Amino acid sequence: MPIRFASKPGLVAYITVGDPDLATTHNIAIAAIDAGADVLELGVPFSDPLADGPVIQRASERAVKNGTRLHDVLALAAALRLERPQTGLIIFTYYNPVLRFGLENFCAAAAQAGVDGVLVTDMIVEESGEYLEALHRHHLAPIFLAAPTSPDARLERICAASQGFVYALSRVGITGTRASLESDAEQLVKRLRRFTKLPIAVGFGISSPEHFAAVGEFADAAVIGSALVATIEQAGPKNAPIAIARFIQGLRGGIREPAVPTR
Amino acid sequence: MAATVTNRVAGRFGPYGGRYVPETLVAALDELEQAYAEAQADPDFHLKLDLLLRDYAGRPTPLYFASRLTESLGGAKIYLKREDLLHTGAHKINNCLGQALLAVRMGKKRIIAETGAGQHGVATATVCALFGLDCVVYMGEEDMHRQELNVYRMRMLGAEVRGVSSGSRTLKDAINEAMRDWVTNVRTTHYLLGSVLGAHPYPTMVRDFHRVIGREARAQILDKENRLPTAIIACVGGGSNAIGVFYEFIPDREVRLLGVEAGGRGAALGEHAARFSGGSPGVLQGTYSYVLQDDNGQIALTHSVSAGLDYASIGPEHAALHDSGRAEYTSATDAEALDATLRLARTEGIIPALESAHAVAECLRLAPTLSPRDILLVNISGRGDKDMGILASALNLSGA
Repeated sequence: MPIRFASKPGLVAYITVGDPDLATTHNIAIAAIDAGADVLELGVPFSDPLADGPVIQRASERAVKNGTRLHDVLALAAALRLERPQTGLIIFTYYNPVLRFGLENFCAAAAQAGVDGVLVTDMIVEESGEYLEALHRHHLAPIFLAAPTSPDARLERICAASQGFVYALSRVGITGTRASLESDAEQLVKRLRRFTKLPIAVGFGISSPEHFAAVGEFADAAVIGSALVATIEQAGPKNAPIAIARFIQGLRGGIREPAVPTR
Repeated sequence: MAATVTNRVAGRFGPYGGRYVPETLVAALDELEQAYAEAQADPDFHLKLDLLLRDYAGRPTPLYFASRLTESLGGAKIYLKREDLLHTGAHKINNCLGQALLAVRMGKKRIIAETGAGQHGVATATVCALFGLDCVVYMGEEDMHRQELNVYRMRMLGAEVRGVSSGSRTLKDAINEAMRDWVTNVRTTHYLLGSVLGAHPYPTMVRDFHRVIGREARAQILDKENRLPTAIIACVGGGSNAIGVFYEFIPDREVRLLGVEAGGRGAALGEHAARFSGGSPGVLQGTYSYVLQDDNGQIALTHSVSAGLDYASIGPEHAALHDSGRAEYTSATDAEALDATLRLARTEGIIPALESAHAVAECLRLAPTLSPRDILLVNISGRGDKDMGILASALNLSGA
């Protein structure tokens, strides 16, 4: 399935797979899709998430502790692909679990599962030779991060190497919610537009309907991560899917008909 | 869409090294790489650094013939490179002075660092005091507890020590936290990384700042013995002191280079930090090298009595030296390191850091197997003052 944003702004939802457990993650994912997420980022838990703030660190730690593996993330993706064929599915990971799995094996398994794209947090364009070749072989979209600190020459390379969408970081720093959205984002999106016709999704620190609407003014989609993971943490396993559905519906300000999450 | 196969970043050692970081940091790494290249080409930079190394840090350090140890082992002649005599008590100051000068050149007023044993943290706090820079040091809570003296020293020097409570609460976790700080404050802050780890240009730059160890040692041994040593022995955590003492000898194929990792308390994953016997290639904290990890690519916990060797990965240049066979890597257990500390203290009146004691332990094993015509050069990378608490309880020194 190509990555598509059905509504404006599009919504990319990040969840850490295996937090609190695999069955709950499945239900959360379905709830997020039915509530209006266009694209799902399935986060592979990692022991050393150095780009993440405390919320995703804690989720990652819980998921690693309960034994969640890259295999499990791919199996979940395969299940979601069957149940919700229209949703964009992205594997969001640090590089080491992919290397350990084997780059080629991983790409083959991801394609087999029906995954659309891959985002590796610690992969930069200069290091991406073999990585891009493997993704291209399996028709997986490489998604790269663009940062406010990236000079134009880098943005050009990032755009050239990306497919699906370009992920623009709203600010420098690690993942996590902020009270206000920083002004770096709009400037960065403007710079990126000069180099690409791909949709641009803005992420990092987006947690409220106000942020979501503000991002919609200048970007094609918003990525919601830590705010969802925190909601899952607070709601607990039983209530997490419904809490996520409500949260996402709240972001859209009730534009979409609320869907009842499964189970 | 056309495949965009890009050139790899410089800073590869064979297949190892590179730059695996969040995009936000790349501009800062590029800036650092450029500032370092400019400094390398600037005679004024070298003049300043050499003067500081001599008058402030105390270089050159002596190469000392350990006659009583040699005699007691009855084999090779043993020489000790006395990095323990440097200001702040370890080789770490070499790199800190170099990077502090770079930070000043780049106009960065805030310095962050990670530390395991605290020696790099103390050296960083020291250069920040010297240059009037703000200083934050990340240290695992486990390490703060076992290297308490160094926590006080850092605070005495005006640094803020931030405890890290995640993971195994040791060096790896301190690096994660330092990288999170850097990615957040990258516009104003220089990350003064303390070993030959991390993304390019760190492994190359930190090695270059420590090359002085081997440069001096090579001239000193030729001066004293008129020949090169049979082997050079150094402990390897990240591997900065080892690469520093090895580097000038790499072209001397007849000189064996021996790195000693932490064997901890057993061979099971989680009980040691012997990356070459227990690890496999992977990416951790910006670089591709040998990593202790499980089947799913999760980084393993590690253990060593010495906080400075207690780390799941190893500098990428060591990975290349290992694969090419130019350097050999072995390990010493906690018990062997403690025994070696006591042995050196009692025969030579030198108390090595527990890290350096791993190199001494290998020397104790190797020297008796060699002839008196052989020479072993052991890098004593730091002094053991910081380890008195651990030594007191392990060796029952409280007098009770």
